[in-house]
Amino acid sequence: MSTETHVNRASDLFDTEKVPLLRRLSRIQAAQIVLVLVGLLIFFSIMSPDAFFTVFTFRSIIMNTAIFAVLGVGATLVIITAGIDLSVGAVLVFSSVIAAKVMENLGAEGWATAFVGTLVAIACGAAWGFINGFLVGRAKVPAFIVTLGTLGMALGLSQVLTGGIDVSGVPEVLVDTVGFGNAFSEVPTIVVVSAIVVIIGSIVLHRTKFGMYTYAVGSNPEACRRVGIKVDRQLMFVYMIAGACAGIGGILSLALYQQTTIGGQSMTALTVIAGVVIGGTSLFGGVGSIFGTVIGLLIPAVLQTGFVIIGVESYWQGVVIGIFLIGAVYVDGARRTKAQRGSGRKTKHLQVGGVHVGASPEREN
Amino acid sequence: MRVLEARGIVRTYGQVVALDGCDFDVEAGEVTALIGDNGAGKSTLTKVLSGTERAEEGTVRFLGEEVHFNSPAQARARGIETVYQDLALCPHLDAVKNLFLGREVKAGGVLGLMGFMNRKEMRQRSAEAFQDLGAAVRTLTEPVGNMSGGQRQSIAVARAAAWANKIIFLDEPTAALGVVQTENVLDLIKRVRDKGIGVVFISHSMPEVLSVADSIQVMRRGRRVATYRATDSSIEELVGAMTGKFDEGAA
Repeated sequence: MSTETHVNRASDLFDTEKVPLLRRLSRIQAAQIVLVLVGLLIFFSIMSPDAFFTVFTFRSIIMNTAIFAVLGVGATLVIITAGIDLSVGAVLVFSSVIAAKVMENLGAEGWATAFVGTLVAIACGAAWGFINGFLVGRAKVPAFIVTLGTLGMALGLSQVLTGGIDVSGVPEVLVDTVGFGNAFSEVPTIVVVSAIVVIIGSIVLHRTKFGMYTYAVGSNPEACRRVGIKVDRQLMFVYMIAGACAGIGGILSLALYQQTTIGGQSMTALTVIAGVVIGGTSLFGGVGSIFGTVIGLLIPAVLQTGFVIIGVESYWQGVVIGIFLIGAVYVDGARRTKAQRGSGRKTKHLQVGGVHVGASPEREN
Repeated sequence: MRVLEARGIVRTYGQVVALDGCDFDVEAGEVTALIGDNGAGKSTLTKVLSGTERAEEGTVRFLGEEVHFNSPAQARARGIETVYQDLALCPHLDAVKNLFLGREVKAGGVLGLMGFMNRKEMRQRSAEAFQDLGAAVRTLTEPVGNMSGGQRQSIAVARAAAWANKIIFLDEPTAALGVVQTENVLDLIKRVRDKGIGVVFISHSMPEVLSVADSIQVMRRGRRVATYRATDSSIEELVGAMTGKFDEGAA
């Protein structure tokens, strides 16, 4: 008898396999946040069609977002593992300081120097990331504390090495091509570099074993250990990627500002984390996308530019972003409780049924 | 055929003797119920036999050959899987990813070397695995965290069955389930057994044990105190053995 029921059940297995694309999209927080972004763009375009809806404005918005987006790739991975990286801004500064010093010593000219500087910056970033990852993954120190510590260390060392004075020594070719140049028509090179990092990051996250392990480690580390995944090693790599992204951010910021920005990155990590969270990545781990992060970072940039153009003091940007941030986390939390309550209620109901029918019989002993 | 034979297993935690010379046998194609009161050592025995914990003394023979599992991976390599009480699924991943987590199918060629997965094959093989067992999994693409307890349990059991070809340990698989869901999981267990796998079923529910098990082994204070065939046993007999009928000096 039971076999028959099961044959039936097997035949209509996976009946909800084909969820319409639109409905599937609407469930993703990133999709909702795209609507917010589009809404903002429409709002500012209507308010100020001449000044806002221009190539120049859009170009500056994406340029302002480019470096954050690179950092956002690493930050998204870290937060998907239920971690946090507060050190990215300081690591960016450290990488750019070391890279600038090296390039200065090499004569501060030419592509070869720029290339060496790039490698140095990425290596420095990855090294800090390794320290973060080792302490979080192996030594089991909470990520918040580890990265708060390395934030202080990286920034402090940068100041020690420079006496607190910004270093230039950036090859002109780097500034002209990557900092100010266009890759094609009106698209800045720095944006193209950033887009490449974002695309590679997304592919790695959504298509590879490494990406799946990143989600899995954030979702249930114990389950990962039981199937033989080396959780600490995965965390180490994830933090190293975040560090390497900060290193790329370091060389991009050198190209953009022609010197280091020792005092200018104190809010960077928080801006990036806000973008990641607004983009629908859950601080509790297991959920998130780099695409969402990019959208979450574009929103503040649009607000900032938009406010300036329509004549609202740009200080309001901070207020509005704060509201977005809390709203995003609220939505995430509400959805989680709803999901939990949903399944909980079902189980409870069945158990109540169970008592009626007299199963749950272990109590009868 | 006897797939696993444990003799004289000892395992202590400080002062606590969890296993005190415990014996245990698993036959292929049978459901072996492992019962005992709380603290009798069922979970510790499971952990020892599945490679999570090491025995201090005693021998384990697997298919007649003496084995020492130092990690769950070694046990898994021999076709021994364990489903723990807390399931050990990743709630944010879908059924396919949970099934293949740690055992991904690589994509062909260079892409595979770069860490890409053959997602199509993984999806197909999962669908087959669930269908094969008639596991009540409604969708492969939703995060398993959104599913009911019974569906999650089915996924966990089906995952173990998909990879184990010798033994599956199930640690109280029906503890948190309602009637219908329990029925589904018990049916699933029988189908796993019918594939020739030795199923070790840990449970506190005597009616469930009697309905699903072929052989019943009773533990008390870190030892096996009795072995029954399910067909000629009764709840009274099992409870008696669990609560100390065979204790030395007992009446």
